[in-house]
Amino acid sequence: MQSQATYNYKVVRQFAVMTVIWGIVGMLVGVIIAAQLIWPELNVVEWLSYGRLRPLHTNAVIFAFGGCALFATSYFAVQRTSHAPLFAPALAAFTFWGWQLIIVLAALSLPLGFTSGKEYAELEWPIDILITLVWVSYAVVFFGTIVKRTVSHIYVANWFFGGFILTVAVLHLVNSAAVPVLSAGILTPKSYSAYAGVQDAMVQWWYGHNAVGFFLTAGFLGMMYYFVPKQAGRPVYSYRLSVVHFWALIFTYMWAGPHHLHYTALPDWTQSVGMIFSLILLAPSWGGMINGIMTLSGAWHKLRDDPILKFMITSLSFYGMSTFEGPMMSIKTVNALSHYTDWTVGHVHSGALGWVAMISIGSIYYLLPRLFGKAEMHSKKLIEAHFWIATIGVVLYIASMWIAGVMQGLMWRATNPDGTLTYSFVESVKATYPFWTIRLLGGLLFLTGMVIMAYNMFLTMAGGKAVNAPVLAPAAAH
Amino acid sequence: MDINDLRSLFTVLAFIAFMGIVWWAYSDRRKKTYDEAAMMPLDDDSPFVPPAPRVTENQERKSS
Repeated sequence: MQSQATYNYKVVRQFAVMTVIWGIVGMLVGVIIAAQLIWPELNVVEWLSYGRLRPLHTNAVIFAFGGCALFATSYFAVQRTSHAPLFAPALAAFTFWGWQLIIVLAALSLPLGFTSGKEYAELEWPIDILITLVWVSYAVVFFGTIVKRTVSHIYVANWFFGGFILTVAVLHLVNSAAVPVLSAGILTPKSYSAYAGVQDAMVQWWYGHNAVGFFLTAGFLGMMYYFVPKQAGRPVYSYRLSVVHFWALIFTYMWAGPHHLHYTALPDWTQSVGMIFSLILLAPSWGGMINGIMTLSGAWHKLRDDPILKFMITSLSFYGMSTFEGPMMSIKTVNALSHYTDWTVGHVHSGALGWVAMISIGSIYYLLPRLFGKAEMHSKKLIEAHFWIATIGVVLYIASMWIAGVMQGLMWRATNPDGTLTYSFVESVKATYPFWTIRLLGGLLFLTGMVIMAYNMFLTMAGGKAVNAPVLAPAAAH
Repeated sequence: MDINDLRSLFTVLAFIAFMGIVWWAYSDRRKKTYDEAAMMPLDDDSPFVPPAPRVTENQERKSS
C-alpha cells in the first residue's frame, strides 16, 4: 500500500513558484530605494517614499522570498527523508494561502504607513496574529510529518528546519507582544510595544539577531544539508560534524543580539557578552560552511559544468565570508567605526544575496523540474548566465558598500586639532554618491538574474505537468 | 545563593551539556548510525523524474 501513496508536492510547487515571484518583487523594491538614495526626486508620493518602501523591501525579501523558499524546501525534504507524505495536507494548504495573504497585507499596510516601528517586525498586530496562526500550523504540519516517518533516524536537515520553526515562533511571540489601541480600529491598527526603554531595545535585537540566526541561517542550513548532497550526489562530508554544528549554533546564537546595541544605554557587561558570543559563533558557522563545501571533496570537477552546484558552493563561500565579517564587526572597537554606516548594509547583503538567496536559488532550480515532471530545467545555459550575473551583482554590491562604509566611519570620527568635527554629515552623504551608484548597478544585476530565472521557470512549467512522486519505502526495505 | 549564582551555574551546565554532545557525537558507537543517516537523502531518489504513473508518455518523450 505504501508505494501507492504519493508525496504532497502541490504545496511545495506553490511555494517554489512564489519564491521566484516574490524574489523579483522584493528585489525590485530594493532597486527602487537604492535609486531613491541617489535621486531623491524619485520620492514622488509619501506612500512610495524611501521610509515606507524600505521596510517593504526587507519584509518582502526575508519573509516573502526567503519564507516561501523555506516552506518549499522544508516540506520537500521532510517528506522525502521521512518517507511519509505531509501530515495534515489541508493545514499545509492553509500555510500557503495564509502566508500569501500576510505578504499581500504587508505590501498594502507598509506603504500606507502602518508600522509598529520594530525592524524586521514592522507589521501591525492583526497581521502579527495571522502570522502566529500560520506559523503554528506550519509547526503542526512539519513535526506531524516527522512523527509519521517510517525511518527511525531524523535526518540532520530536519533538525535545522525544526530548530528554525520553533525558535521563530518564540521570537515572534515575545518581540511582537504589544498593547493594541483598540479604538484605532482593526483596519487602521495601532499598537505600543509591551516593553519600554532599553529593555525594548534589547528584546528587539534579541529578536533581530535571532531572525538572522534562525530564520536566515538555521533554515537555510537545513536547505544546505539536504540539497547540496542531493545535487552533488554524495553524502555530507561529516555527519558527526553536522550534529555538533547544530547544537553549537543553537547554544550560541541566542546570546549574540546585544552587539547591535554597542555604545548605547545597554549595560556594558551585556554588550561584552554579546560581543564574546558573536566571536564564538565563528566556530560553528565555519564548521558548517566547511562541512557543506567539503561534501564536494573528491568530486570538484562537478563544479565545472553544473551551474546549480555553482550556486550552492558560492553561497557557502559567501556564508563563510559574512560569518567571518560578522564577528569582526561585533568587536566594540571595530563597531565604533562600522556601526550606522553602509558597511552594515554591505554585510547584510553579503549574507542575504550571497548566502540566503544563492542557496535558495540553487535549491529551487533543483526542485522545479522534479515538481513539474521534467528531467531538468528548460535551459542550463540560462542558469549559468543567472549564476554569473548574480555573482557579479553581489560583488559590486558588497565591495561598494565596504568602501562607502569605511569612508563614512572615518569621516564621521575625524576631528580638527581644536576638537571640532572635520566634516559635516552632509559632506559624507555627498562623498557616498558614487558608491550608491555602483550598489544600484549590483542590485540591478541581481534582479536581472531573478528575471532570467522566472523566464526559465515558466518555460520549464510550460511543457510539464504537475507530478507527485510516489512515497518510497525506506532504503533498508529495498 | 542568589539569582546570579544560578545564572552562572546554568552557563556552566550548558557548557558541560554541549561538551557531552560533542563526546557523544564523536563516540565510536554512533559511527554506524551516522554513516547510514548520511545516506538518507541519497537513498530515497530515483535518477530524476520519479517513474510516477502520472507522467504521460508524451511528456516523457519531450523531456528527454
